[in-house]
Amino acid sequence: MKKLDKSTRKLISSIAVIVVLYLVMSGMQATGNLSSLMSGLLVPVCAYSLVAIGLNLCVGYLGELSLGHAGFMCVGAFTSAFFSKMYQDVIPDVPRFILALLIGTFFAALFGFLIAIPVLRLSGDYLAIVTLAFGEIIKNVINVLYVGKDAAGLHLSLKDMMDLGLDLDGVVLINGAQGITGTPRQSTFTIAVVLLIVALIITHNFVNSRTGRAVKAIRDNQIAAETVGLPITKYKLTAFTISAAIAGVGGVLYAHNINSLTATTNNFGYNMSIMILVYVVLGGIGNFSGSVIATVVLTMLPEMLRGLSTYRMLIYSIVLIGLMLFNWAPGILKFREEHGLTTKQIVDKFKKKKEVQ
Amino acid sequence: MGFLTYLINGLSLGSVYALIALGYTMVYGIAKMLNFAHGDVIMLGAYLVFMCMSNSGLPAVVSIVIAIVCCTAIGIIIEKIAYKPLRRATNLAVLITAIGVSYFLQNMALLIFGSNPVSFTSVVKWTGFSLAGGQLKITGNAVVTIITCFIIMFALMWFVKNTKPGQAMRAVSEDKDAATLMGINVNATISLTFAIGSGLAAIAGALLCSSYPSLNPYTGSMPGIKAFTAAVFGGIGSIPGALIGGLLLGVIEILAKAYISSQLADAIVFAVLIIVLLVKPTGILGKQIKEKV
Amino acid sequence: MKKKILSISLCAALAASLFAGCGANGGTATSTETVETSGELTWRLGGIVPITGGAAQYGQGVMNAIQIAVDEVNEAGGINGYKVSFNFQDDEMDNQKSVNAYNTLKDWGMQILEGTVTSGACAAVSAETYNDRIFQLTPSASSTSVTEGHDNTFQICFSDPNQGTVSADYIADNSLGTKIGIIYDSSDPYSSGVYQNFAKEAANVGLDIVATEAFTSDNKTDFSTQLQKCKDAGADLLFLPFYYQEGSVVLKQAHDMSYAPIMFGVDGFDGLLSVKDFDVSLAEGVYLLTPFAADATDDATKNFVTKYEEQFGGTPNQFAADAYDGVYILKEALEATGLTPEASNEEICDALIAAIQNVNYNGLTGEGMTWNEKGEVSKSPKAVIIENGGYVSVE
Repeated sequence: MKKLDKSTRKLISSIAVIVVLYLVMSGMQATGNLSSLMSGLLVPVCAYSLVAIGLNLCVGYLGELSLGHAGFMCVGAFTSAFFSKMYQDVIPDVPRFILALLIGTFFAALFGFLIAIPVLRLSGDYLAIVTLAFGEIIKNVINVLYVGKDAAGLHLSLKDMMDLGLDLDGVVLINGAQGITGTPRQSTFTIAVVLLIVALIITHNFVNSRTGRAVKAIRDNQIAAETVGLPITKYKLTAFTISAAIAGVGGVLYAHNINSLTATTNNFGYNMSIMILVYVVLGGIGNFSGSVIATVVLTMLPEMLRGLSTYRMLIYSIVLIGLMLFNWAPGILKFREEHGLTTKQIVDKFKKKKEVQ
Repeated sequence: MGFLTYLINGLSLGSVYALIALGYTMVYGIAKMLNFAHGDVIMLGAYLVFMCMSNSGLPAVVSIVIAIVCCTAIGIIIEKIAYKPLRRATNLAVLITAIGVSYFLQNMALLIFGSNPVSFTSVVKWTGFSLAGGQLKITGNAVVTIITCFIIMFALMWFVKNTKPGQAMRAVSEDKDAATLMGINVNATISLTFAIGSGLAAIAGALLCSSYPSLNPYTGSMPGIKAFTAAVFGGIGSIPGALIGGLLLGVIEILAKAYISSQLADAIVFAVLIIVLLVKPTGILGKQIKEKV
Repeated sequence: MKKKILSISLCAALAASLFAGCGANGGTATSTETVETSGELTWRLGGIVPITGGAAQYGQGVMNAIQIAVDEVNEAGGINGYKVSFNFQDDEMDNQKSVNAYNTLKDWGMQILEGTVTSGACAAVSAETYNDRIFQLTPSASSTSVTEGHDNTFQICFSDPNQGTVSADYIADNSLGTKIGIIYDSSDPYSSGVYQNFAKEAANVGLDIVATEAFTSDNKTDFSTQLQKCKDAGADLLFLPFYYQEGSVVLKQAHDMSYAPIMFGVDGFDGLLSVKDFDVSLAEGVYLLTPFAADATDDATKNFVTKYEEQFGGTPNQFAADAYDGVYILKEALEATGLTPEASNEEICDALIAAIQNVNYNGLTGEGMTWNEKGEVSKSPKAVIIENGGYVSVE
């Protein structure tokens, strides 16, 4: 057997863990042991994880802070939901969902690509604010977008429903701020987990490919990379587009799991972008499995705190600050090291115990 | 005449953004961090002024002074607990902590002040004046906000340029390690920056809510984001840049609503921002930092 | 190698324990229950309201009002001899979180849902209740997408089409204005829903809409431009289908620019007069549609308002009143079915669907309310005008 390198082994073990968790969850669900809250959260958690993986590729490997990934999620969600709604009665379920997935991913990638062309000329906080601006533009336009369908074909308006001039038997597909209602519920936990694993494999292969190494070189020292003749723009564009596409897949999952899809600040605006960034930073920049774990933990946390009623979000924010300090503050890290409290040391301890046994 | 009215509305809105952006840019320029909680300190400041004026019946000036003192204290406490331990960590970690602080302040305010909006009584009693036979009306709030904004900008510029602590700030912003070697207490300097930024937030809060008099625990978050945009627009870290960025953002927003489409105003404002940044990648007055190998 | 696997499996164990912990927690989120339910059989009423986030002020009113009504019902002996226990969950006005809140309530054993407050979230939840056959009564989600295709969802408030159409008809019938300006929130389903129905009806009854301006939830501090454009277009009546918080700013800014058209708000404007420190003289002559006036003198309203002020402080608005009525409507319908809490959710749901259509209820928010099979309430939206700081109904 060929000796696998460290990161590949890590990938395989992450996937193994996800598969085990998947089997456990499915088993619990099948036997009715899983609470409704948990089964309801399975697909959204996977969707958010996908977006976090996408953003982590951008933040961790491209080295650029994006505050607009919820925008790509939004594009993926709306284009795919629109497609599913439009052909609900025409195409059978399975091929339609596959097509919707491809369409959502394609459009998210396309937007990522188009946005990346101007954006990647900038850097640092300027790049962050421009991605935020793009996210806001996407949200604003979707909120005033009206699309209807009747015998004469598709009608589109940026003003209101009446402006569409639909026949009496016409159907409004996207109703401005009311969004898309009645998207078929097709995201299942199985599909979500498969997509999650595929995304982990793709990102892993990407960062270890020739292109990925080039991207890392550019992140670490753009000028040096330039002097050895790397085509900076091409590599940056590729990375950003893949990152947007993965976020788009998350959007497709999200859209096909909820009956009423609207674009608000909380689900597709900067609040969501920031939330996803929190997952990425807390999970470890550049660590894809970490992003997934952080997403799971931080999505579950407010739900677990429901018993606290009005204090819920307050406690949540305190826990968030606490976790950040615990994981990042140099002083606390030093304290943890001295007292054998780092993850590595704890793991080592377990390992030693095993060896003794 | 329509255009002039819109322009004045735009300047008035822009000066509020500018006032908030000054706080952002101060902290960014020296501590190199995006203080996402700034908008929420503004909300706290506005509530403090409201409490003093409405519940205790204090005059506006006294209320503002009390709010400044309290906000400065709050700013220092936040900095000590949440940001200082992360001083040597990556910038992103501090950013996330700031987001946590922002959630904390909002939810704290929600518990203390309740969710019902209150109507803020303007701190400016003067109703303003009319020009051109009453066709052009300029409100007292607008005049006071614009003037305050300029005063604060010049005061900050003077402070940074001519005083000892100000010079220390500039040194820290250039190079933290070198500043330490020069005997500057970096930690104290950064804390001072936060104190000043938070004090400014109280003034910004009072003036924001005087012009747009509805106050609830989430009042600060959107103007906060807008002001952050404005600060970047003008070149983040630059004090006059924040003023120019804020004013421009306000004017563009109002003109977009007036002449293009009020439904797409947000999109237009951000589109203009993107175009400006593509032409001038470091904002209008931002410094181009040369990268060396 | 070993170490990595170990670390990952540790993480997995942590994540799994989270799941498991949640699973166990889900069923016992009892801190908000009002009645000790140990062993005792009760009606399990769930509520989904935003108590944090931008719509918190509406959600808290609803939550408090349901609390009052549930306490009263229990004091009076409950429904069909069984007490009611009430559990509410926060949804932050987010569709996905609303579904999470719903699932939490389902784990608690909810039999009937009163919620949610906002239209978008409600449309997401009503698809779930429809699948699970749980009866849902919403106090304030007015969009038609809430009830469309869901036979188990009923509204207590007027629907969007209802409000928009009635407003346009009322303005035309009473010749309140000839040139209409509209300002609405294009990012809010409720506001844009009412606006569209108004504009549709306005065309039918021959009202001239001279200006249509919008704002978004990200852009709602300054309305001077929208007002200026309406003024320039010569609008003598402004139709304002949004909530009172923005309403108070619009009125102030219109006053500042000496623009005084007739202002016509819909039910979202209710609550305007109780905004703390709001200069009520600005609201003189504002028309709005509301089914409820907190200063009405009938006993039921007085009782409710007094209790609300005593327990929670502040004046209840119509969201609260709708929610209060909701509990009594459920009570009446449940009494008609004669069921006990032992019945399955599906039995309760089907029985209530039949029963609520025969209910004729007199409450705080209207006389003789009835429901059709589409889930819409029929109570005529009443226009009131604000005079001397109070509501005066206009005929």
